Amino acid sequence: MATFKREYLFNSLFLAITALSSFLVIALLLGIFLVLLKESLPAFQRFGFLGFILSSSWDPVKENFGGAIPLFGTLVTSFFALILAIPIALGIAIFITEVAPKSLREPIGMAIELLAAIPSIIYGMWGLFTLAPIQSKYIEPFLQKTLGSLPYFGKLFSGTPLGIDIFTASLILSIMIIPFTASVARDAFQLVPPVLKESAYGVGATKWEVIKDVVIPYCKLGILGGIGLSLGRALGETMAVAFVLGNLNQFPSSLFSATATVTVKLANEFTEADKDIHLASLFYLALLLFIMSFTILAIAKYFIQRTGTK
Amino acid sequence: MKKYLFIILSILLLISCKAKEEAPKVSGKTLNGAGATFPYPLYSAWASAYYKEKGIKINYQSIGSGGGIRQITERTVDFGATDMALKPEEVEEKRLLQFPTVIGGVVISFNLPELGDKRLVLDGETLCKIFLGEIKNWDDPKLKALNPGVNLPSKPITPVYRSDGSGTTAIFTHYLSDVCPKWAKEIGFGTSVNFKAGIGAKGNEGVANYVKRTPYSLGYLEYAYAVQNKIRAADLKNAKGKIVSPSVESFKEAAKTSQLDPAKHFYAWMTNAPGEGAWPITGATYILLAKEKAEVNKEVVKFFDWAFQAGDKTALELHYVPLPEEVKSKVREYWKNQGL
Amino acid sequence: MIKRRKIINQIALFICFLTAVWGLFWLFFILFDVVRHGLTALTPSLILNDPAPPGVSGGGLKHAILGHTLITITATLIGVPIGILGGTFLAEYGRNWAFSRIISFLADIMVSVPAIIVGAFVYALFVKPIGHFSGFAGALALAFIMIPVIVRTTENMLSLIPWTLREAAFALGAPYYKVIFQIVYRGAGMGIFTGIILAIARVTGEAAPLLFTSFNNAFTSYNLREPLASLTVTIFQYAMGPYEDWHRQAWGASFLITLFILGLTLVGRYLIKRRFKH
Repeated sequence: MATFKREYLFNSLFLAITALSSFLVIALLLGIFLVLLKESLPAFQRFGFLGFILSSSWDPVKENFGGAIPLFGTLVTSFFALILAIPIALGIAIFITEVAPKSLREPIGMAIELLAAIPSIIYGMWGLFTLAPIQSKYIEPFLQKTLGSLPYFGKLFSGTPLGIDIFTASLILSIMIIPFTASVARDAFQLVPPVLKESAYGVGATKWEVIKDVVIPYCKLGILGGIGLSLGRALGETMAVAFVLGNLNQFPSSLFSATATVTVKLANEFTEADKDIHLASLFYLALLLFIMSFTILAIAKYFIQRTGTK
Repeated sequence: MKKYLFIILSILLLISCKAKEEAPKVSGKTLNGAGATFPYPLYSAWASAYYKEKGIKINYQSIGSGGGIRQITERTVDFGATDMALKPEEVEEKRLLQFPTVIGGVVISFNLPELGDKRLVLDGETLCKIFLGEIKNWDDPKLKALNPGVNLPSKPITPVYRSDGSGTTAIFTHYLSDVCPKWAKEIGFGTSVNFKAGIGAKGNEGVANYVKRTPYSLGYLEYAYAVQNKIRAADLKNAKGKIVSPSVESFKEAAKTSQLDPAKHFYAWMTNAPGEGAWPITGATYILLAKEKAEVNKEVVKFFDWAFQAGDKTALELHYVPLPEEVKSKVREYWKNQGL
Repeated sequence: MIKRRKIINQIALFICFLTAVWGLFWLFFILFDVVRHGLTALTPSLILNDPAPPGVSGGGLKHAILGHTLITITATLIGVPIGILGGTFLAEYGRNWAFSRIISFLADIMVSVPAIIVGAFVYALFVKPIGHFSGFAGALALAFIMIPVIVRTTENMLSLIPWTLREAAFALGAPYYKVIFQIVYRGAGMGIFTGIILAIARVTGEAAPLLFTSFNNAFTSYNLREPLASLTVTIFQYAMGPYEDWHRQAWGASFLITLFILGLTLVGRYLIKRRFKH
């Protein structure tokens, strides 16, 4: 009987410990949110919400801070990264599930996953030392000569091609985020009931038509979820972008402009903001970024859960 | 599983034992400092020699003057370093102590492949316009006027500035504010200003890096960085209208007319100095201490006292100007008055 | 008509092939570059020497390697037990509780939260109040990133153990915690271990959270209560600097880190595959 009580005690103890550990996750989340909120309060009180996100001045001398440019920069680099990454990721998912011979599936899938495993600082270094010079010497001038001469669209390619700009940053980002969409799409494609595909083949559809008209519509939610994951990752990426973006507080006028993003600004200015309101404004940016990425990730995960994939 | 756990635990035990050996009681064996990138090559060299001689580690991290000011204000480091001297009121308000250590020059480094060995001459007005984005190309008439007989290409200039909080920026923008009313009105001076054109780099190191690898760029840089990395620096027209080259002599000339006064916590600017051969963008760099941390401050002061005695040669080798003897005595007196 | 559709089919599938080539091209390009620059930098002095002042050659990465190892081990020691215990709760005691789904969902999101924000958080909580940067704060930041990852992988691995196994143990009169330790953990051990390996691989490559917590140190130190150098922050510092010697060392450090992380990742994935083959 004594051992019974002791066992019961141990069990309750263990239950308590594990429960507390899992609550730590929530505590962490709330903690981050609250700390960011508290630290950014001075900036919020001085600039307000709309006032902050619509103001493009970042003037430490005059103590006037506005988040418009870093927020815009974050959205723009992520947007372009997505444009470059999503078609590629979908193509890769299609290739792996439908086109590649069975023996190659695992190795190629694994290789693409490795792209996500490479630390972002390595991407940054490689971007600065290898990609940026190639961009400024060959790729960007080439694009300027060809696509740059088109009306309207060509304006995107104006400016001095230095290699340290949105284009390079977005390119690197896009490579980093391919695996997130690709693996979610892969899983989603494999969950399509074979019956659906076979009936399409049965009426004479080609492989591509099956993919285009059966598989992809069926996996819409999953694919959106994967895109959301990639976006969430792109929004929060720091080191890969910090090397090649320039931290210039100005609205970009073309793909070849330098600009600033929230993460790059944080990395450059956090330990060095000597005025309190400067630091509070940085925390304010961090808070906004946190809310943005949290929301996008939550929606994305929800979509993925709905499709029954992991 | 149990075997692995045991191995890991024993490794940790070993490491923590070693840590106990090295762990100082009151940061006695390691002093942490952070701040200006301006004197970083010098402080680093001094720290290396000091460690060899006394076994005390001076861990100095170059994160920019803004960082130095912030970190010492928050008391997260033992000493802060800044090239932008805090005004006496600020020093009192933040309960700090401030003293200069060495003098250096900010130069205009550039990357112009076509120049060859010829020198490039600039003046305050053109610099101002370049960094405002008003002069856009190398072959702008104003630049041509200053450099007759030089083949300036028709390429756009890429100005490079500091993206982090920088005392070097403060010295440079203070100079621009001195010589250029438009700059003073629209932008002002400080460790971090709202630059209108160019790309930002982190630290003097970052600016040197970008200028070195980006043709047709131009950036303001502490002299040691330009020399160490073999980057060309421009000559400037100073307040007297003479064209001077950056050198220890021209920095010394500029420092002569400054008034480093302990009563004002040595707050002074040396930009646009009136001397004949004065370099117009000169400045001193300072150390900030937290007033209440007497123990730590004693150690820091010991290090800089040692540097004042034994470090002049290294300073000159790295193209910094050691403080004149009168100033050093003033600084030592300042320390004594604070009980250090 | 059919011919046109067939051609479209061929073209479309070929394009998909090209996308795979694009992805693999970048992977090999980057890895090749890292190996090419890193191998030439890899000398014994790189690993065994203390760092030298800027402009002076002959420095090494001893301080960064040691610092980074210390920080990572500490982070693992903090993060792994909490992560496993948390995941255990979600999969075992709390498995019927609706709120557990919410915790699980939130943990999943926390896995992808920007690392720099975790760094800012730890700065506000453990650096400013304490008064100095420390390797411990850096380890804490990394641990906070690891915990959600390990919670999720543990939860997944434990859920894979069939319920019948637990029932059999209950039927013999075992209390729940004994069931967990002796049946569930034993069965899921390899899976949990793999999760840990992948979490370590993930966290070793982080630089942003260390920037404001463990900061940096110009000397070799074993003391977690002081700022510590780390390979990633040192790469950032050296790569952004102008000295050729620094660049060389940065590539060497990149090579070491990439080797370590890719190695761990491949081992982890291999273990997962092996586990499921059984």
